[in-house]
Amino acid sequence: MEKLSFRHTTRTALPGTRASAITGVVASGNLEVLLERNLAPDACHVEIDTAIKGYAEVWAAVVADFVARRQPGGLTITINDGGARPDTVSLRLAQGARLMELP
Amino acid sequence: MDWKPVALSAEPRDQSWYEASARARLAGLLDVDTFQEFIGPEQRQMSPHLPLFALPRAFDDGMIVGRGRLDGRDVLVAAQEGRFMGGAFGEIHGAKLVGLLRAALAVKPAAVLILFDTGGVRLQEANAGETAIAEIMRAITQVRAAGIPVVGLIGGRAGCYGGGGLIAGTCAHLVISEGGRLSVSGPEVIETNKGAEEFDSRDRALVWRTMGGKHRRLLGAADAFVADTIGAFREAALAAIPEAPSFDLATLEAEQARLEARLERFGDTRDATEIWGRLGINDPAAVPSLTTEGFDALLDSLPEGSHHAR
Repeated sequence: MEKLSFRHTTRTALPGTRASAITGVVASGNLEVLLERNLAPDACHVEIDTAIKGYAEVWAAVVADFVARRQPGGLTITINDGGARPDTVSLRLAQGARLMELP
Repeated sequence: MDWKPVALSAEPRDQSWYEASARARLAGLLDVDTFQEFIGPEQRQMSPHLPLFALPRAFDDGMIVGRGRLDGRDVLVAAQEGRFMGGAFGEIHGAKLVGLLRAALAVKPAAVLILFDTGGVRLQEANAGETAIAEIMRAITQVRAAGIPVVGLIGGRAGCYGGGGLIAGTCAHLVISEGGRLSVSGPEVIETNKGAEEFDSRDRALVWRTMGGKHRRLLGAADAFVADTIGAFREAALAAIPEAPSFDLATLEAEQARLEARLERFGDTRDATEIWGRLGINDPAAVPSLTTEGFDALLDSLPEGSHHAR
């Protein structure tokens, strides 16, 4: 197991008022993403618990790309990973952000 | 076969139960937006054992419990996520279901619905898991004795095996789909212990005709056979609540008599198709390929009606 933690500053807060959302499941090649709106509007923390060691640089790139695209200000994002590929991680992060924006 | 892994409709209730996540099943099963989760993922009640094995945990430990409404009636619900560790029972996973059942004694819902999707006990926390199975069975008997139906819904990718199969046996009513499988020892377990001559786990047709939904319905182990959609499970759950038998000595004696008669009648058979032939089905080999409508018609045409003891 490897634990990773990333802290980002965003230009804006993620729209919406939902307090939390969850998407995905912990399974082979899959992951679950829990999103909670509990930070300052320009902060985003991402905490990752992954079964596969040694991919910190890939995680850093995928998370930075997501933050740049979606500007998820205000969110703590916690991930339990079962060995998902980077494209699956990007998809789940985008799904999670969308859920938080729903009315 | 009536098998629609990909639904063209976007309507949640038209989606495949087999393909859906546990959360999607609950959302579609209950009245829209009525599900309220107990001990949700944000509370992070995760397995204390899995980190010892360097295995990833899930925020809900693969068990989602809560309350909701089914056609306006208050129900308590529990759903297993079959993709997380095969839906296996661990300490937290089991404790959440035990707690839900004990809560049912206090809040007296119209029913408790258990959405099974499990391979049985989680081996990494087997003692806690086995204990949970026993506690759940005891709690179900208490809930049923209080007059509250406990209905099991089986149609997930992990099936309902091991301790899950035992728990299902204590439910008042079971609904199963083609993709659902119900048994105690799974195909690989039987093959490992008794050899491929006894049970070839790679023979998928054998697995399905021995443990699959149609056979379980024909044997009376399941009470209703439904198409693989969330909407079909919802309709069957609604129909099950008023049909649930009372949990008394007469019901148990009738169930014992039914099981003894079944063993007497079919105990010497070597394959499910022989049982179907003895039930009066003219073309047993055609049963696995019947659509849900065709299978319903077959059930109606059989000389004996539904078995209702439980």
